[in-house]
Amino acid sequence: MVKAKRVRGGKCNMALSGELTIYNAAAFKQEFMPHLEKCKSLVIDLSDVSEIDTSCFQLLMQAKLELESQSKPVQLVGHSPAVLEVLELYGQEYFFGDPLVLPADDVGRGADA
Amino acid sequence: MSARPEDTFLEESMELLQLMEDSLLKMEDNPGDADLINDVFRSAHTIKGTGGVFSFDHVESFTHVVESVLDKVRDGGISIDSTLIALLLKCRDQMEKLVVSAVNGESSPAEEVMASSATLLTELEIYLGEESLKTCEIILNDPEVDIINEGQLVATDNWHISLRFDREILQNGMDPISFLRYMKTIGELVHVTTLNDDLPELKSLNPEECYLAFEIDFATEVSKTEIEKVFEFAAELSTIKILPPRANINEYAELIVAQDDEMRLGEILVSSGALTQRELDMALKLQQQIRDELVSETGVDTESPRIGDFLIEQKVVHKEVVDVALETQKKIASKKASSGVIRVDADKLDSLINLVGELVISGASTTLLAQKYGDEDLLESISQMSHLVEEIRDNALTLRMVQIGETFNRFKRVVRDVSAELGKNIKLEISGADAELDKTVVEKIGDPLMHLIRNAMDHGIESQAERDASGKTEQGTLYLNAYHDSGSIVIEVVDNGRGLSKEKILTKAMEKGLVTSAQNLTDSEIYRLIFEAGFSTAEKVTNLSGRGVGMDVVRSNIETLRGTVDVDSEPGKGTTISIRLPLTLAIIDGFLVGVGKSSYVVPLDVVVECIEINEEEQKQTQMQRYINLRGEVLPFMRLCDYFGESRDEDARENIVVVQYGTFKAGLVVDALLGEFQTVIKPMGKVLQKLNGISGATILGSGDVAMILDVPNLIHRAVEQSHGLTHKKSAIEGISLH
Repeated sequence: MVKAKRVRGGKCNMALSGELTIYNAAAFKQEFMPHLEKCKSLVIDLSDVSEIDTSCFQLLMQAKLELESQSKPVQLVGHSPAVLEVLELYGQEYFFGDPLVLPADDVGRGADA
Repeated sequence: MSARPEDTFLEESMELLQLMEDSLLKMEDNPGDADLINDVFRSAHTIKGTGGVFSFDHVESFTHVVESVLDKVRDGGISIDSTLIALLLKCRDQMEKLVVSAVNGESSPAEEVMASSATLLTELEIYLGEESLKTCEIILNDPEVDIINEGQLVATDNWHISLRFDREILQNGMDPISFLRYMKTIGELVHVTTLNDDLPELKSLNPEECYLAFEIDFATEVSKTEIEKVFEFAAELSTIKILPPRANINEYAELIVAQDDEMRLGEILVSSGALTQRELDMALKLQQQIRDELVSETGVDTESPRIGDFLIEQKVVHKEVVDVALETQKKIASKKASSGVIRVDADKLDSLINLVGELVISGASTTLLAQKYGDEDLLESISQMSHLVEEIRDNALTLRMVQIGETFNRFKRVVRDVSAELGKNIKLEISGADAELDKTVVEKIGDPLMHLIRNAMDHGIESQAERDASGKTEQGTLYLNAYHDSGSIVIEVVDNGRGLSKEKILTKAMEKGLVTSAQNLTDSEIYRLIFEAGFSTAEKVTNLSGRGVGMDVVRSNIETLRGTVDVDSEPGKGTTISIRLPLTLAIIDGFLVGVGKSSYVVPLDVVVECIEINEEEQKQTQMQRYINLRGEVLPFMRLCDYFGESRDEDARENIVVVQYGTFKAGLVVDALLGEFQTVIKPMGKVLQKLNGISGATILGSGDVAMILDVPNLIHRAVEQSHGLTHKKSAIEGISLH
């Protein structure tokens, strides 16, 4: 569900995958949380998220809000169609105001930056 | 359909005006019928309302006065009589003119239209008291007035939905996402604001609880109940507030009051477009006012539940306004949902029929190929396919079929107006209104019918005095009748008037040089003379008819539809004019025959039977132009001679017996090739005047086959046999009659 790799300077590249729904929300939170404390900035790749619902969505939302209030930038990239649909329904395209639809190689670069 | 909204307005208005006219005419017989009055009122009301939406001021202001009068009629303030009905009919016509002018983009209608508006308004005003006139003035001057005065409604056309969920909602298996997803299917999510203020710190955040809340602007045509249904299952676990479009500003005030952080919600409403800044200021002021009043009343500055009570009271005051808005919404929604009818562009239907035509042709060529290769399985499957193609063809053609009733009903008004103009008492009776025929035919038959009807009323039905003198009923009757008969539809215009005078017609025809005195004409031939150009027997030329233009136009109009027209008359009893039209102009079932090396198509509907001619008969037929068909004299025609086809003299011949109307004739052909689905292709301009041929079609082999114009051929066969009969009987002294 969560794969994270730390790179130089406290940056953390994270890739989420599978179903981020209420059924495994608690497990997701447990896997997700530890990575947040250690990093200085976070890039989350959502391209393998097959499903997301309100439970995990609000978790991501709060994570972004909270980290950014500690001046740790959070970038969400490679939104999968499932993620895009929810963002659109919730009118949150701007809140997660990261490059929404980008070709694969751009996403890769975004993750490296 | 990519029609302009104005065009839709025009179309709908025309339908409403038609309804209004029908109801008014029915009202003449049943003046007290509340349903009819309601129909008329609703038509006017809807046109006024929609006209207002488009800012067609002239339509709106005129219709408003009409509506006011109708409202009074409805309340019983004015009793309905024939004078008022006549006036309302005139008003209906005026509304039509105004609507057309407005839709055509004219800023103000032509002067004479304006003038008649003014005249009609003065007449209407007699029925109205002082006060209604004032309202009309106000609306004329400032259409916005009623909006502002009536209840401080907000300007948005969207619903506003405020959602506050209980924490447990996710654990109960419901997700706000699914509500939004569903809403998207019944309307448009104009703006969704997700409120995340309640989100706790990550550490204490339990992802299985819902912390989000939503403010949604929603554009939809479904009713409030429908929207409520979306949240039916969540109702216990959430606070849902649904504000209708153009809701009272108080309701927004209440919504804002209910929030802890008033300013924030206010801002959200403004930013999402639910409220304008001005409306928000008003709502906040209102709310402050409420609070102040409460403080002075109770001396306590608190958000006690009484604020809510007070607001509900406020809401009740303006409830009607909200109800009206809701009712309109519901009506629109139910209108769209209830009628199981889809409007389809006529062009789309035409292109479908064209394609089906091509399918039929290519199906025929496939069948031919399969027969050539003789593959059993292939033939089997192709015969199934042909069957389906045939069904598709029939279905596609019925799509274009419309009932003739609507066209007939149009004449009710004509008969009413014309009989009033002529000072005759004429009643119109309609039967067979449910007979169906092709839409193009229906459209084109309107004008010829109009001519025939006016003619019958003007010349056919006598004046009151004349009727009394001849001992007839006071009321003249005009019948319109339609029925199906062997592949065609017959429309009859029957009057019980004085009938046609053969002598007058003949004298007139000789005067005009249309016939000579030597010609021996049958009754129906004489009657048919009235369709010749420049013919009129009326001694008096009225503005309705009698100028001799018209009847020949009627005939040529009908002939372009591949139809025929016949007249029958009985002096002193009346006249019957029958129009016979083909049901469709696109695809027919044909009967393929071979003549020499060519193929011809006979429309299957007119084929009665096929007979093989034996050698003896064949010799006989060389001598005479008729045969003995089981004791019946049957004139016939050799197609190979008529069309100049070369043929093998020894080949066997067959006779195809065809019938059109009351006439029968035989067509002598070489080969009977069987049934054939015939896609009628129009002939080029050069060939259109060709006698005996009505069109062409393409065979499976790619060859062209001519479609026979059977009525024309029968006419010729009968004529020829008559000519010969006369000669022969003179020579041989044999009577054939």
